[in-house]
Amino acid sequence: MLLTVQNYAKHFLIHHLGREVAVFEGLNFTLDAGQFALISGPNGVGKSTLLRCLYRSYRPTHGSAVYQSAFGAVDLARLADVDVLVLRRTEIGFVTQFLRPRPRVTALELVAEPLLEAGHAPEAARAEAEALLAGFGLKPGLLHAYPTTFSGGEQQKVNLARALIRPCRLLLLDEPTASLDAATRAMLVERLTTLKAAGVAMLGVFHHPEDVAALIDLEVHLTAGAALAALPGEEIPHVAE
Amino acid sequence: MLATSNRRVVPLDAPRLVTQRPLLVAEGLVKHYGRIRAVDGVSLSVYPGEVLGIVGESGSGKSSVLRLLNLQEDPDAGRYTLDIPAWRGMDLFGLSRFDKRAVRTRHIGIVYQNPYLGLRMSYTSSGNIAERVLLAGERRFAALREAAQESLSASEFPLDRMDDVPRALSGGMQQRVQLAKAIALKPALLLLDEPTTGLDVSVQATVLDTLKRLQRERQISMIIVSHDLGVIRTLADRVMVMYRGKVVEVGLVDQVFEDPQDAYTQQLVHAKL
Amino acid sequence: MTTSRLKTLTANREQPYSYAFLDAYAKRELRRKILKAIAVPGYQVPYASRELPIARGWGTGGLQVTLSLVGPQSVVKVIDQGADDSVNAANLRQFVARMTGAATTTDTLQATLIQSRHRVPEERLREHQTLILQVPDPEPLRRIESNMARARELHADAEYGQMWLVLYEQLVRFRRYMAGASYPMMVHGRFVMSPSPIPRWDNPKLHQAAHLTLLSAGREKRLYAVPPYTDAYSLEFEDVPFEIEDQRQWVCARTGARNKFMNEIPLPDGGAKYEISDTGYADKLVERAIDGPEANTLGETYYDDEGNFYHAGYLKPPRRPA
Repeated sequence: MLLTVQNYAKHFLIHHLGREVAVFEGLNFTLDAGQFALISGPNGVGKSTLLRCLYRSYRPTHGSAVYQSAFGAVDLARLADVDVLVLRRTEIGFVTQFLRPRPRVTALELVAEPLLEAGHAPEAARAEAEALLAGFGLKPGLLHAYPTTFSGGEQQKVNLARALIRPCRLLLLDEPTASLDAATRAMLVERLTTLKAAGVAMLGVFHHPEDVAALIDLEVHLTAGAALAALPGEEIPHVAE
Repeated sequence: MLATSNRRVVPLDAPRLVTQRPLLVAEGLVKHYGRIRAVDGVSLSVYPGEVLGIVGESGSGKSSVLRLLNLQEDPDAGRYTLDIPAWRGMDLFGLSRFDKRAVRTRHIGIVYQNPYLGLRMSYTSSGNIAERVLLAGERRFAALREAAQESLSASEFPLDRMDDVPRALSGGMQQRVQLAKAIALKPALLLLDEPTTGLDVSVQATVLDTLKRLQRERQISMIIVSHDLGVIRTLADRVMVMYRGKVVEVGLVDQVFEDPQDAYTQQLVHAKL
Repeated sequence: MTTSRLKTLTANREQPYSYAFLDAYAKRELRRKILKAIAVPGYQVPYASRELPIARGWGTGGLQVTLSLVGPQSVVKVIDQGADDSVNAANLRQFVARMTGAATTTDTLQATLIQSRHRVPEERLREHQTLILQVPDPEPLRRIESNMARARELHADAEYGQMWLVLYEQLVRFRRYMAGASYPMMVHGRFVMSPSPIPRWDNPKLHQAAHLTLLSAGREKRLYAVPPYTDAYSLEFEDVPFEIEDQRQWVCARTGARNKFMNEIPLPDGGAKYEISDTGYADKLVERAIDGPEANTLGETYYDDEGNFYHAGYLKPPRRPA
């Protein structure tokens, strides 16, 4: 098993309200190389939260997420920050819902950056970035434009390319198809299919699960019941962004 | 040091995947100015090639920490080691004035918020960089010119203006000169104190981009102090939150900003417009 | 009361001046400080600068050193910008003579002590001779570090990088080293000193010299030394050498000589004529021209008549920066 999640829980402690909000509790599932898991559940139940906990953008409250890295087995919940950085750079990818464009940085540079950080030669990195962006259907004229000026769909193409350009062994996807048109969604699914065949394990939240129906091996279903201590009908407050 | 609120999450282990030793380890830094405890028991570590951000409001002690790490001032307590040749494992605070200057010149670069602190305004920009190389013992004019050109290009400063005085340059250009001066001797550690504060927003963006590219190309470790969370988010890998001289939280930059554990950090993050 | 009555009443109480004007304690302190300066070449030794009958800024530093070294057998020469006959030089020379009974001369070869303001004589000094230079500002770091305590730290740590920064700036702006006089020198590979406002032409004369050079600032209360046979190099970049003034085309109007340091005298028509600055040397040349070579003895000079410096290889061929 590439990833074994046991008794995983996330609560938020909001100091100025003096409240603790539990998002999910007692989560258990496993994922193997080449497996595709869909995270499902009603809105606000904590699907994104789960992904972010695994990526360590959030700190899990209880439990363990044992991952078989190239360095050996590690518990992502307890892993030191600098070690998480190592895994993020080499093995674990995260496709977010929104691009964080930096001003005055072109689409091509943003996508090539992960490869440059990994030490690839600049020319090769840019060539690969260009190919990948073309693969997602980004108009060639936008390659040297600033994504801060793009539409949502175009930004998401850049976002996808940047997240997928570096090979990884575990890929987390958070609503990657939101704001994409049908054609681009299909390109993404094609790409994910290729990755799956290459043995990448994937865990994702999808706005249109039917897009990836052919890829799904298992479903991690979060229910309102698993989100204890939140009163029925109460909206889980957004603590971030 | 860390707030007790971190009991609510799974505690972290010591690092074991990183193959390198930390470049910088500072333990128990204390600095008083009269009755004010500007730095009150601060510990931090930075790994090679890493960028550590320090955030906090004015008066939190972040700039004081930087001055201590730059060996500009002596602490009231604390230990500071850098993993650099000749000084490995030695507490740098205990070195003689002469040795401290040697470490500061050769292994640490600093960029101040106010370029007047970091530059000689009436000397040429290239002269500002040459000074660093001269302090390291270079006595050939051609080598000084070359070093200045190399550093200024790396900082994306137009070479046709390399002999202009900083006083005649815009704010963003002055910061690039400071940056070039700081990296001239290829130090292992770069300290930046609010490097883009006060610059035009568009100029900020280009300077940040230069810093990011520099960091990637030279694998230089950086400590950036800023009250601008956007700057920290762009550049830092990890961030340390300071309040009244103490570290209240430290973690991955996305984690501290998206899932702040400490009460003060939560307040700080939500105050962002 | 009449003056003669006054003289009678005070006859018993007249005290003669101490030998060489300064009291024994002053002379002892100065000599000890001079020895210290010789022991650490180029290091500025502070001393208790005494009040003298001339004002600060008129050579009190040089005078104190001369007065502490002079004896009845000494032969003293005093020059000001190379001239023995300048008012100030004459004044000082007469004071020394009156206070010590020592002989005086204008001939460099005859002198045992040479007190000079801003020039080194053209004829080579030998081992028994001492050159005493008057110094207005002994601190070469003054312009770059005005804080005295910080400057002392820089000297202590041999932290002279900023001196080269000044040279760098000059090369960038003007493509030349700009200091015409007081050009800083590194002595014995350790201390940077100001050689006093002697022209660049004279700097090389302090290097590996047979004679002792003492430099003293009365107002600033510091003295320092370049001992005999000590290295003294003007600051330069390895690839852009120090240069002396280019006077190769100049001919002395009085003597017809070349390649000795000359003063440029502007003429009413806008042109210029040149005269050897070292008047003692020039006088000897003139005398020889009139009365023949037996009239006097001419010493070997630091720069020969073709302009070559006597230490071969010390002055490098000029090279402008790229």
